[in-house]
Amino acid sequence: MKNYNISNLKELEAEAIHIIREVAAEFENPVMLYSIGKDSSVMVRLAEKAFFPGKVPFPLMHIDSKWKFREMIGFRDHYASEKGWELIVHFNKEGYEAGIGPYTHGSKVHTDIMKTQALLQGLEKYKFDAAFGGARRDEEKSRAKERIFSFRDREHQWDPKNQRPELWDTFNARVHKGESIRVFPLSNWTELDIWQYIRLENIPIVPLYFAKERLIFQDNGNLILVDDERMPKEMAERATMRKVRFRTLGCYPLTGAVESDADTIEKIVEEMMTATKSERTTRVIDFDQEGSMEQKKREGYF
Amino acid sequence: MDIQSYLNQDQKKDLLRLLTAGSVDDGKSTLIGRLLFDSKKLYEDHLAALERDSKRIGHAGEEIDYALLLDGLKAEREQGITIDVAYRYFSTSRRKFIIADTPGHEQYTRNMVTGASTANLAIILVDARTGIITQTKRHTYLVSLLGIKHIVLAINKMDLVNWDKSIFENICSEYKSFVTPLDVPDINFIPLSALKGDNVVDISANMPWYHGKSLLEFLETVHIQSDRNFDDFRFPVQYIIRPTLDYRGFAGKVTSGVIARGDEIMVLPSRKTSKVKSITTYDGDLDYAFPPLSVTLTLEDEIDISRGDLLVHPNNLPKIERHFEAMMVWMDEHPMDPSRHFYIKQNTHNTRVRVDKIRYKVDVNTLEESPVEHFKLNEIGRVVLTTVKPLYFDPYKKNRSTGSFILIDPVSHNTVAVGMIIDKMSSDDLPSVITTREREQIARGENLISTEDYVKQYNQKSATLWITGLHGSGKNLLAFTLEKRLFDMGATVVLLDGFSVRSGLSRELDFTPADRAEHLRRVAYMCKILNDQGIITICSFISPDENIRRQVAEIIGNERFHLFYMDTEIEFCRKLDRYGLYKQVNEGRLKLMPGIDAPFNIPEKPNLSFKTDDPLNIEKAIGYIAASGIFPV
Repeated sequence: MKNYNISNLKELEAEAIHIIREVAAEFENPVMLYSIGKDSSVMVRLAEKAFFPGKVPFPLMHIDSKWKFREMIGFRDHYASEKGWELIVHFNKEGYEAGIGPYTHGSKVHTDIMKTQALLQGLEKYKFDAAFGGARRDEEKSRAKERIFSFRDREHQWDPKNQRPELWDTFNARVHKGESIRVFPLSNWTELDIWQYIRLENIPIVPLYFAKERLIFQDNGNLILVDDERMPKEMAERATMRKVRFRTLGCYPLTGAVESDADTIEKIVEEMMTATKSERTTRVIDFDQEGSMEQKKREGYF
Repeated sequence: MDIQSYLNQDQKKDLLRLLTAGSVDDGKSTLIGRLLFDSKKLYEDHLAALERDSKRIGHAGEEIDYALLLDGLKAEREQGITIDVAYRYFSTSRRKFIIADTPGHEQYTRNMVTGASTANLAIILVDARTGIITQTKRHTYLVSLLGIKHIVLAINKMDLVNWDKSIFENICSEYKSFVTPLDVPDINFIPLSALKGDNVVDISANMPWYHGKSLLEFLETVHIQSDRNFDDFRFPVQYIIRPTLDYRGFAGKVTSGVIARGDEIMVLPSRKTSKVKSITTYDGDLDYAFPPLSVTLTLEDEIDISRGDLLVHPNNLPKIERHFEAMMVWMDEHPMDPSRHFYIKQNTHNTRVRVDKIRYKVDVNTLEESPVEHFKLNEIGRVVLTTVKPLYFDPYKKNRSTGSFILIDPVSHNTVAVGMIIDKMSSDDLPSVITTREREQIARGENLISTEDYVKQYNQKSATLWITGLHGSGKNLLAFTLEKRLFDMGATVVLLDGFSVRSGLSRELDFTPADRAEHLRRVAYMCKILNDQGIITICSFISPDENIRRQVAEIIGNERFHLFYMDTEIEFCRKLDRYGLYKQVNEGRLKLMPGIDAPFNIPEKPNLSFKTDDPLNIEKAIGYIAASGIFPV
């Protein structure tokens, strides 16, 4: 007796694999943006599944703002060599040499130059016509309306008013030279789905996601890890050991931890189920201005 | 329950994708907000932001404005309307849900069509105070057009009509009579109050007369597994995986049907066959795969297969055609230029297409059909298309995947239209789609028998005796009696009637005016072929439209066409009702009956008129045939 039941995760997995293959088949030069976060880790696993037993036919690219947690970089390099990924690491050289950073220039300038501009540089340098991102629609309001194949003009801008219709699982992959598509295979996944999948598939993730005693400075209610010596001394000196974990990962001065005892995936999920804060509240950049994520996305941010 | 067993249970839940349609005034956003809220999805900070926003730009007065949760983009929030499709996620202990929340106004038809394309179920909201309105009908039509099999008509704001059962029942019966012809298999009615929460999650104490499920419980339990097509195996090849010289895998999604290791398959368009050697996945080989799994197939034989090909079972083929008809929705701001070619993408198959003809446009509010030259944004209609390479397709009704396509503008690269292929193909447009080159390939044989030879041989002059009249007026009785008499007298006669033609040649056509016309066009060409070869044809068809009868006469040749009219009162036919069809019309099971709810044009100048049951009818006909020199010559 054949059983045709399909669980929600298997259905989401099948959908994502379909999307990833469609991009590989229709674009000349796609790339998968790899942020080292948990969603990226799931996305990379899905890409491996999509082309098994072959290799993933496109490179991964990490946009390094030079302010990422050190543990992230260590994790990235370890897995890239272990798994044999073709990994491009790109950073904004001019910005780096000018010493751009969140402490000296503020989060807005830093994010613009070291993340958004760096991303656009990287995409243009290699002339990628499609870029996968791990964003999910349940993360944030403006994402809820974004297409799976999200069209960007020559300036990499997103026009929320003028999105291509997207029906069934038939994706329009046609672009002119210089235009591109951002592709979100995890669009329909929720945060819980991601954790479930990591758990079921044993996907390695950066240990920062798990609770541990860490050296923390409390900045306006945000719990910031003292990750290196670039944190201003007067802050670092006031730091204390606290048991924390991170719900999202990014630039360490812009990513708040949460106090937690959750050191396994099960405990993280348990905490999440009873959580009173959604995951993006630990990202400092969302609070710059009303509708700020939409603004950044219009300008080319992921 | 501990977290481990919670997670184990959670990962087994299935997924229901649903669409919500209705306007802000119907309380749609409030309803969704409540579903999310009550299923504990809303985190505290979302709520805090919501309270802050409600005070500033909310439209709900003192109450929390759930709509603000859903309206994402800044400009839209300031206008107070949801413009695009927004996707929302929630889960309960039994199921996970994806809501496609779409705007209600007519100018957002394309957004609703987008949201509906992936949904299993639609919730259509109605305000209990206003009942079924134009918008309700429009939404229902779009939902049925996109092939959604389950509708919940949520009759909201019951609190504002004193929880009145009769109001609910009136709305239900009005909706039923509207929805019946649209062919949606599963319709459900739930009275509720989104604002107060009655019948949303918990059963309402205010409506003890309602014995059904609450909305959420219904959504949790509605059976959707059999909505998938497990019968017709279709595997559009998406990507070729070739890691080594020994392994050649065809990656794709099982869009319908089931494939098992060892199954024989056929590749389209090459029609080469082979057997499935393995079904590869990262998690190990499978014995069988079913929709919507994405897998990789390897085959026993080395055959040439590329992206865009379709793998099927050889005993269950789709249609393979360059010409087909579809319902199309125009999605682009710029009106359609009918002279243009487009790219067409159907599954993984890309080719070019031209719109040969727009049969009609459907008014989404009244469902009336009218002729139109080209489509504008949000317009829907039936079109005839020709592709450069053949498509392998099934009708959309049977297969949402192989029956659907998108059109892409070759200049702007926008997705300008989407279509759903229809099972019917009316071939009166075939001449316009056969190219000159193709026409040259149709060789004309040389007829060695002259018209005079036929007349001499058969002792008759070829003619078509066309009997028109209402259903049940006695056309067939006259036709069959006449055939027998002529046959006995030595004439060579062929009789064509509705039954004999519709059971085969016109099997796929129904009784709409367009299909009736096509049906009669085919009959006319048969008569022409038979008459050309000296045969007398007797035709018994209602053929209610004077224009169509004229066209039939032209095809056959006016000099050969003789129109006989059964002149009978509709009341007589109705009372007699030989075949029980008028009864079905009365019961609302049958529509478009000439003389009842569709016109019957009385012929202006029939060659002969008959009264039903006049015993002299047959002699009258035989006399006419002799006097006209048809038979005997």
